[in-house]
Amino acid sequence: MSYLSLTDADREAMLAAIGVDTVDELFRDIPAGVRFERELDLEPPLGEAELQRHLEELAARNFDTTRELSFLGAGVYDHYVPAIADAVLQRGEFLTAYTPYQPEMSQGVLQAIFEYQTAICELTGMDVSNASGYDGTTVAADACFIAKHATGRSKIVVTEATNPQVRQVVKTYAPGFGLEVVEVPHRGGATDPDELAGAANDAAAVIFQQPNFFGVLEPAPELAATANDAGALAVAHVDPMSLGVLEAPGAYGCAIAIGEGQGTGNYPSFGGPHYGFLAARNEFIRRMPGRIIGETTDLDGERAYVLTLQTREQHIRREKATSNITTNQTLLALQGLVALSWLGPQGLREVGETCMSLAAYAQEKIGLELLFPERTTFKEFGVRVGRSARDVVRDARAHGVHPGYALGRDYPGLDDALLVCVTEKRSPADIDRLADVLRQVAA
Amino acid sequence: MKLIYEKSQPGRRGGEPPCYESLPQADVPEELRRAEPPRLPELAEPEILRHFTELSTRNFGIDTGFYPLGSCTMKYNPRINERLVSLPGFAHLHPLQEEDGAQGALELMWRLQEILAEVTGLHAVSLQPAAGSQGELTGLMLMHAYFADRGEDEQRRKIVIPDTAHGTNPASVTMAGYELTPVRTDARGNIDVDDLRDKVDGHTAGLMLTNPSTLGLFDENIEEITRTFHRAGALMYYDGANLNAVCGISRPGDMGFDIVHINLHKTFSQPHGGGGPGGGPIAVRDMLEPFLPVPVVLRVGDAFRLEHDRPKSIGKVRGFTGPFGVFVRSYAYIRTYGPRLREMSEVAVLNANYLLERLRDEYDVPFDRLCMHEFVLSARTLKREHGITATDVAKRLMDYGFHPPTIYFPLVVPEALMIEPTETEPKETLDAFVDAMVAIAREAAGEPETVKNAPTSRPVRRVDEVKAAKQPVVRYLFEEHPTGQAETVTPEPLARP
Repeated sequence: MSYLSLTDADREAMLAAIGVDTVDELFRDIPAGVRFERELDLEPPLGEAELQRHLEELAARNFDTTRELSFLGAGVYDHYVPAIADAVLQRGEFLTAYTPYQPEMSQGVLQAIFEYQTAICELTGMDVSNASGYDGTTVAADACFIAKHATGRSKIVVTEATNPQVRQVVKTYAPGFGLEVVEVPHRGGATDPDELAGAANDAAAVIFQQPNFFGVLEPAPELAATANDAGALAVAHVDPMSLGVLEAPGAYGCAIAIGEGQGTGNYPSFGGPHYGFLAARNEFIRRMPGRIIGETTDLDGERAYVLTLQTREQHIRREKATSNITTNQTLLALQGLVALSWLGPQGLREVGETCMSLAAYAQEKIGLELLFPERTTFKEFGVRVGRSARDVVRDARAHGVHPGYALGRDYPGLDDALLVCVTEKRSPADIDRLADVLRQVAA
Repeated sequence: MKLIYEKSQPGRRGGEPPCYESLPQADVPEELRRAEPPRLPELAEPEILRHFTELSTRNFGIDTGFYPLGSCTMKYNPRINERLVSLPGFAHLHPLQEEDGAQGALELMWRLQEILAEVTGLHAVSLQPAAGSQGELTGLMLMHAYFADRGEDEQRRKIVIPDTAHGTNPASVTMAGYELTPVRTDARGNIDVDDLRDKVDGHTAGLMLTNPSTLGLFDENIEEITRTFHRAGALMYYDGANLNAVCGISRPGDMGFDIVHINLHKTFSQPHGGGGPGGGPIAVRDMLEPFLPVPVVLRVGDAFRLEHDRPKSIGKVRGFTGPFGVFVRSYAYIRTYGPRLREMSEVAVLNANYLLERLRDEYDVPFDRLCMHEFVLSARTLKREHGITATDVAKRLMDYGFHPPTIYFPLVVPEALMIEPTETEPKETLDAFVDAMVAIAREAAGEPETVKNAPTSRPVRRVDEVKAAKQPVVRYLFEEHPTGQAETVTPEPLARP
């Protein structure tokens, strides 16, 4: 076994030092009744070359975005990942480090995450960011936990136009938190502030998504104001790649901004690992879940970084902690920081504008009826395909094009609607091809 | 060293995204348009790469050296796994791809589920939880669902947890809406079964236990513990943080546990990335299978599919089907060993016992037994006699080129040093670590100031944690620094002599 170093001589010397004759004797504290007496029923070991071949065979049975022209989005986006993001990640000092419990051994990752927190605060217009959450769904549950304790209320309002998986995760967590979840329907693809006002009464938090799951721009400032008027925390679930173009949640009165970071520097990777981000106004800092990196000094007065406010955390506070989270998504957040640094403020704005322009081009070129024609959209938009969108997806794939997400999978009544996503990686020629294929397969 | 924001110059650019001609103008309504651009870094690509490379030199990973951080299983992370996870068929696969376009990914997940069921001795697996602590929370949600289905959820409110448990266990109990019942540890480091008997009754939902425990000891009374809980109709949850000790040697399912989480980033070598990602799949006994999170990966004939329609499911704890890239690495790691996973655990335990044996005369051994894959020493004698604490020992180890062990945990041992060497370390490294630990114990007696001043060989000296928490500065404060004024660059040494 190439990952194990002990020679037979090493083993003998070590057993002799311990004072036992066999390795088996080391396990004598395990009662006979719970010992596993047979061999594990697993396939035989593979050498490295055979392993690579086996995994290549599995990978070859997947139709990824390099093999099929894809317009899938719906929460995971095929934005460009700069090569330096890969290069930084493969630095073993980052890749193979644990959580930075010992700051003197970990200044590299601590400073990088301090820089990440700064970037997230800048993007969202918030005062404080944690060091990442699991993904864009679990940070919504985290926000609910903050809101419950900050307001003493027990109702969570979430708009129906928020990503269905986010809503599902919030509903899964809610009973343990002692929270009930109320959904507010969309009206023609966006949320009606007046309708929201009714539901927001007595709510701990109001969660909405901007742009929402349909790609539609919500009247976000009005939704936030509605939440604030009701004494609820306004929680915006935002797409970081939109924030060079769209206003920051902090600028329109949100208490908390959350989101899925995948689009910034993480590959789709069949759903993970990615990172979720959670940022808030300063007043919530001691209720935040997860790691937070702070600036301090060392014995010589030199600037240094350290895990801070640890009295919120499970290893200190145990059952009184603000969360049980330990392992987070640091490496993916670092990848996000590298990608955002590579884009810079100008690049981020350009990506946002290019996505919107391409989406506008695609709407025109495809020529199908728009699902919500009255609304402004960002990089995704719904079209009606005149028959089952799932069938259209199947038929378009036979032409080598994945045309988007069949909205009927989550929204009964929208069975003929397709959610099309364009990122800056889809050229006008790609879009022309999509339009061609849809012409053939849509009714 | 400077922050990346302090290296920025207005107008400087890294990458340029694609730009296409003659497209319609992006039309953002005025009230939604961003007023002030975010102050992201503005650097050219070469300087970005240098910045992060320099940061990496101020960090320590397994690739740098020995990392005996107890309870964290810092083993070698094979580079082949990084190559495999980057295959386009994995990295560029969209999670909402149709099932017939993702058969390879689904098969890999199904195979990993089968493997984890065999290793844990249980029946069904969900790969969805993102980390061990989320696996714990998911397990507790399953308990709620199981008892609700039997009409007992109202009555069963308590979860029993030993005082040696990881902090995540009690935190998960609170998040799941349960109440905590603590139980003591006896003089041999096992759960105190007399204390336990008084605390388990019809109001108990279950136990959460790490076995071997955080003391690195296998609970010798595990069969009686199981009987106690199952007789009371309660469930048993196994915190798999220490599974690296027992693969192929003793299975949680055979010990009587009903729910197990597996830390893929510990036992099965997902690199920990400075804090994550991880993976916390759970394996369960058959009667809990209907409650698992959706979707579930199934094999139907030669095909693999995702089942979303499970009426009794607790729902979803994370997006999609879990951290797929983690599955690729862990699956590859397990396939490298096959049934020889037993040897992996044997060597982990051999390495730990060898270190324990060689250190037992220099440090206090609070529970003097053979250990499993890790053990806990105490620096209480050093503290009493020379004023040298576990922190001091840890910081001095850095000067000898080692990452310190976990310190001050578990809480039941004063001045605790929790040491886990893992199976991937050679004997020479273990011997060098022993030499360093022995030397530090000598220094504690002869030149305690050297130990108290440590480290002196790292990029920073001891860091003021109290100051950081008192007046938290958790982001770069642009306002307090001149904007766009690059200071003269003076070369900075990477590390102090």
